[in-house]
Amino acid sequence: MLYFVARRLVSALSVVLVTLIATFTLFFVAPTDPAAAICGDRNCTQQRYNEIKRNLHLDRPKVQQFAEYTAGIFAGRTFETAGVKQKCPAPCLGFSFKNDRPVYETLKTRLPVTVSLVAGYAVLVLTIGVFVGSLAAKRRGTMGDRALMTSTLVLSSIPYYIVALMISLYLTILYPILPRSGYTPLTENPGKWVAGLLTPWLVLGIYNCTQYARFSRGSMVETLSEDFIRTARAKGLSDRVVTYKHALRSGLIPVVTIFGLDIAGSLAGAIFTEKIFDLPGLGNLVIDSLNNYDLPVIMGTVLVASVFLVMMNFIVDIAYSLIDPRVRLA
Amino acid sequence: MTTPAGDEGRKDLQDRKVGQETMVGTVPSDGEVARDARNPSIATRERRSTTLTPSGETPYLVVEDLTVKFPTADGVVSAVNGLSYAVPLGRTLAIVGESGSGKSVSSMAVMGLHDRKRTRITGSIRLGGDEIVGLPDSELMKIRGDAVAMVFQDPQSSLHPLYTVGNQISEAYRVHHKVSKDVAKKRALEMLDLVGIPNPIRRFKQYPHEFSGGMRQRAMIAMGLVNDPKLVIADEPTTALDVTVQAQILDLLNNLQKEFGSAIVLITHDLGVVAEMADDVLVMYAGRCVEYGTAEDVLARPRMPYTWGLLESIPTVSAASERLRPIKGLPPSLLALPSGCSFNPRCPYKDRVKGERCITDLPELLPVDGAGAHTSRCHLHDKASIYEAEVAPRLG
Repeated sequence: MLYFVARRLVSALSVVLVTLIATFTLFFVAPTDPAAAICGDRNCTQQRYNEIKRNLHLDRPKVQQFAEYTAGIFAGRTFETAGVKQKCPAPCLGFSFKNDRPVYETLKTRLPVTVSLVAGYAVLVLTIGVFVGSLAAKRRGTMGDRALMTSTLVLSSIPYYIVALMISLYLTILYPILPRSGYTPLTENPGKWVAGLLTPWLVLGIYNCTQYARFSRGSMVETLSEDFIRTARAKGLSDRVVTYKHALRSGLIPVVTIFGLDIAGSLAGAIFTEKIFDLPGLGNLVIDSLNNYDLPVIMGTVLVASVFLVMMNFIVDIAYSLIDPRVRLA
Repeated sequence: MTTPAGDEGRKDLQDRKVGQETMVGTVPSDGEVARDARNPSIATRERRSTTLTPSGETPYLVVEDLTVKFPTADGVVSAVNGLSYAVPLGRTLAIVGESGSGKSVSSMAVMGLHDRKRTRITGSIRLGGDEIVGLPDSELMKIRGDAVAMVFQDPQSSLHPLYTVGNQISEAYRVHHKVSKDVAKKRALEMLDLVGIPNPIRRFKQYPHEFSGGMRQRAMIAMGLVNDPKLVIADEPTTALDVTVQAQILDLLNNLQKEFGSAIVLITHDLGVVAEMADDVLVMYAGRCVEYGTAEDVLARPRMPYTWGLLESIPTVSAASERLRPIKGLPPSLLALPSGCSFNPRCPYKDRVKGERCITDLPELLPVDGAGAHTSRCHLHDKASIYEAEVAPRLG
């Protein structure tokens, strides 16, 4: 088991390294000019442009730049603009001249927002989504099952941003049934934290619950027809134990895969949700940075997102091996 | 951890060794088993009694006029029609028939394992005198796995792949006994040892995929017998196993029956297994019983063309160059059974019955020799002479 974890860890780290190279290449080797972007359209003299280039070491060989960038992540580095030294302590993911602060500082304020949003979402889909799916599988063919599956189909064919926008407009502003969204740090005021995130949680959660319900229903229908389920019933176990202990454990395996990727994707930026509900998370940050052409921030965000992705994959692998002993041999 | 292939090989060796230790006689070869079927007097098993219900006591399992129907979109499937049989404690009844003849469906009814929304069961099933048809699921749950246990066909798919074997056996014990995990574990280890699994402590912690086929079926049997059931239903317990392991498993069941004195219903399509194991035999065709009697009666003096066909279709070693004699045609659709005798479209003897009786009248299940417990469902009136003159010589 330990060997299995170690092997997965090594492969996860190598993926992160590749992503690091890829993002660096994309933004610094691609035909874009970071110095011009920082310099801006107006008031950009040739002299200032050259200075920026020199200060950011953009005139040096690409390999050296990459080495400096990578070293900065672990050891920190110092940038110089207009004669002022800007410290960028480790982990330095670059320095945003638009915001005049290190990228990491910006990410640090945005990350908790997205993590809070995704955590609530994860709880909702894993409990309600999977539960409803299993229930439908157990009662497949009944009216309830059909109604559920039809409604999930209808709901999932309406684009998410329309659903989110409508609920935001009608239920929180015109008819304020649900609390207005907003972000208060959990450590500051847990009550306000919940109140501010409740609406986005419900919208994001319930919309995606339908997908999870469909998915886990399919998986559970298959599992419930397995021979070992018949064995479990033949032992005299109750229906509840058979469904939620014996069947769910195997039925959960495919759901875990989807869940891991879904959570990683949402952490990288639940863009619609954050924009519509005005939450200052990573998704909003990405949009703002793209609009401002703030390359260091985009780069940093992509890197963090890829780390999330790799991390979730790693966690899924571990979860797999915990659920299914046969995986450990592979 | 060793490679799975290496592990597997070692287990097979253990399998064989253990088998030899626990076996009473030698492992019969395929051919021997087949010949036994035709000549039950030399079958390995000593038969207890030649009557169906010895000493007149009430048998433990009594099934009367059992009917199982499944309403489907295409119509009602009559899987079992008016089936009756009885199994006393300590005796083995073999239910024989082709796939789809209703063997498994009828036994699943005894376990109450059918989805009640999709199944209509009528008739009577009495376990130790208590009626179980129509019991609510909560009552059936108390019986399942406790008084009645089932050993399934394919241990590979019938064991939960994600729980250890030990966990599954102790779980079966704890369902019906309010004991701690440790007590259940002790009991599970005891059972693993009893069914001849070497090194139970190590095996307890292993998963089904780490077991060989024969070991898995032993574990399945350990799980079935953990609560000391009075009735064991073995649904083709040896079908997924190779021949030497088959013999070991049958022997194990035999020995365990001697020890626990339970009644066994053995579902099979292998007449070699029947000869080896059964006291009584019930031949099913298209959901009906077509012949029922002691193993001696049914195998040595069969009185129904379908049983003859089954016996004839066994390959023999002595006549190796001969072609196999299968029963021509296919079992009928249970959605639309043929009128009259269900076997009439495939029966080579139907011309010998006067008129169209085979096609118009369903034969009753009647005693073959005027009296006695041996019954068959056939319009032929000279069954005994046809068998002796035409069928028996072909069996060699």
